[in-house]
Amino acid sequence: MSTHPNSFRSQPDERGHFGIFGGRFVAETLLPLVLDLEREYRAAQKDNAFAAEFDDLLTHYVGRPSPLYYAERLTEELRKDAPDGKGAQIWFKRDELNHTGAHKINNCIGQILLARRMGKTRIIAETGAGQHGVATATVCARFGLPCVIYMGARDMERQQPNVFRMKLLGAEVIGVESGARTLKDAMNEALRDWVANVHDTFYIIGTAAGPHPYPELVRDFQSVIGKEARAQLLERTGRLPDLLVAAIGGGSNAIGLFHPFLDDPSVRMLGVEAAGHGLDKEHAASLAGGAPGILHGNRTYLLQDEDGQIDEAHSISAGLDYPGIGPEHAWLRDIGRVEYTSATDKEALDAFQLLCRTEGIIPALEPSHAIAAVTQVAPEMDRDAIIIVNLCGRGDKDIFTVAEALGTQI
Amino acid sequence: MTRFAAAFAKSHAALVTFVTAGDGDTAAILDALVAGGADVIELGMPFTDPMADGPAIQAANLRSFAAGTTTADILAIAKGFRARHADIPLVLMGYANPMTRRGADWFAAECAKAGVDGIICVDIPFEEDDSLGPALRAAGVDQIRLATPTTDAARLPAVLDGAGGFLYYVSVAGITGLQQAAQASIEEAVARLRTQTDLPIAVGFGVRTPEQAANIARVADGVVVGSALVELVAQHGADAPRHIETFTRSLAAAIHGAKEIAA
Repeated sequence: MSTHPNSFRSQPDERGHFGIFGGRFVAETLLPLVLDLEREYRAAQKDNAFAAEFDDLLTHYVGRPSPLYYAERLTEELRKDAPDGKGAQIWFKRDELNHTGAHKINNCIGQILLARRMGKTRIIAETGAGQHGVATATVCARFGLPCVIYMGARDMERQQPNVFRMKLLGAEVIGVESGARTLKDAMNEALRDWVANVHDTFYIIGTAAGPHPYPELVRDFQSVIGKEARAQLLERTGRLPDLLVAAIGGGSNAIGLFHPFLDDPSVRMLGVEAAGHGLDKEHAASLAGGAPGILHGNRTYLLQDEDGQIDEAHSISAGLDYPGIGPEHAWLRDIGRVEYTSATDKEALDAFQLLCRTEGIIPALEPSHAIAAVTQVAPEMDRDAIIIVNLCGRGDKDIFTVAEALGTQI
Repeated sequence: MTRFAAAFAKSHAALVTFVTAGDGDTAAILDALVAGGADVIELGMPFTDPMADGPAIQAANLRSFAAGTTTADILAIAKGFRARHADIPLVLMGYANPMTRRGADWFAAECAKAGVDGIICVDIPFEEDDSLGPALRAAGVDQIRLATPTTDAARLPAVLDGAGGFLYYVSVAGITGLQQAAQASIEEAVARLRTQTDLPIAVGFGVRTPEQAANIARVADGVVVGSALVELVAQHGADAPRHIETFTRSLAAAIHGAKEIAA
């Protein structure tokens, strides 16, 4: 490992680079727009009124702070097979209780306030599971702006409740038929829309990826998760957690939880990628199975072949079904500050059902991957150790997918 | 004199043609472009995620992948072209990831070996030049930069710094092959660019007919036609070279015969 910086929280540099990752790899037509966005974001960061409006909406519209919940029955369940004295306490940061049912809304509130500052009159977004699409459609309805959501046609099939939600909220949902018809293809199509509508359109990117400053600003808006969790646990127990765990597609919920703890050396962190059918088969684990490359505006780990063509990702979770990862995670992995592992479709399904039965919480398939990892690591940790898991979305949207996977007719 | 300089030193504007490598019989298609009167050849490197391209070139990429095209195949196509056509400038156009996958130095050296004169990389703006630019300059391969309707006066000098071959003016804010720009806006933009650079200026995006091409040729040094040619490959398959040669000849006649007006 090379020498460490004084702080892990001072990235990216002025060019938007996290070490060798990140950057602004977009067409010349779009580059002036991302520079405008950066200027506006710097101004907003210095503007107390911006922060006040953001906080007010998070409190009264989103319903923050989300609870920090000690999952006693899950903890006990995992202690059953643990060695004596082992079996860490499991706590959930309950961002599934937010308005719209996931962490995605935190970022959408921040970005639509930026769009309004910039005088943009039309909003576009890409979505995978539909959670970001629903959150974007929600804030567009709240602020009276027209909204176009690009969604892979395959994702529309497996996330029909969210497609209907977006339409109810007044959004136009455009099915994308290119490629594997999933999140990557939706992002390509959103970029094509943006480049053709540069004057009036704001692109609300849903994860901590894309050209600078998106990875930074999405992280900052999502960092409310980690800031709250840190304060809540300190207040309840007087101490910091030993381990943070979060699922990773692009990585916005994970970076939102991790970032406020990065300079706490006693806090370990574990990001959980989607291993799909297995890391030796089709999967979506770009850190485990990818290599650095350039896609969608940033340099990061990508699933790709030897010619640099992007491979199709696979995960049962539409929200994790992406062949890349946010650039800050790529950097945190390479410097060794955060550990990364993966969970398969089957492990996530098992964890989904475990949580339903032990805690009366139906989680989304995305955080089910994080819970799957916790079932592995908690029994190896001391009983007084504390794990915080980001329960970043609720599972109502996934019941059809889960039913099909379990062979049940609804 | 470089091949680019010679191609743009003629008494008329240059016809710059784009086709996707590995879509159809590329060697025969490139020969047809030359026979029809193309002055500069752009060879598209297919990419799985061509986010700056419209439906025509997206479909061409898919056909190329279906035929199993690899980076090695594209370089072999370039090498074969150079062996058959000593004087026509050849440009590889594509996206950053396929160009940098084995390292920028590797790619630049392979381009130089294959007789490629220049590179257009859609998604490496000057802000990220160190990802490819130094390697190209070291290998003596020109980096052709894009200017767009959103490139303002403050950005333009940096866009031009390190640019070679010609300047490609993307005349519409959009993706390839769809809208076309108003002639007046093209004239205004070319005049503005001329005050900043001595590089030849080629104008593209949405140019589909000899008439449009002739209008642009009156003010610019080159006219780029891509999607309209790629659609002929889609339409005619194995018979495409013959149709491409005929269409190229009509474009070349319009461009080469266009009377220059003072910009």
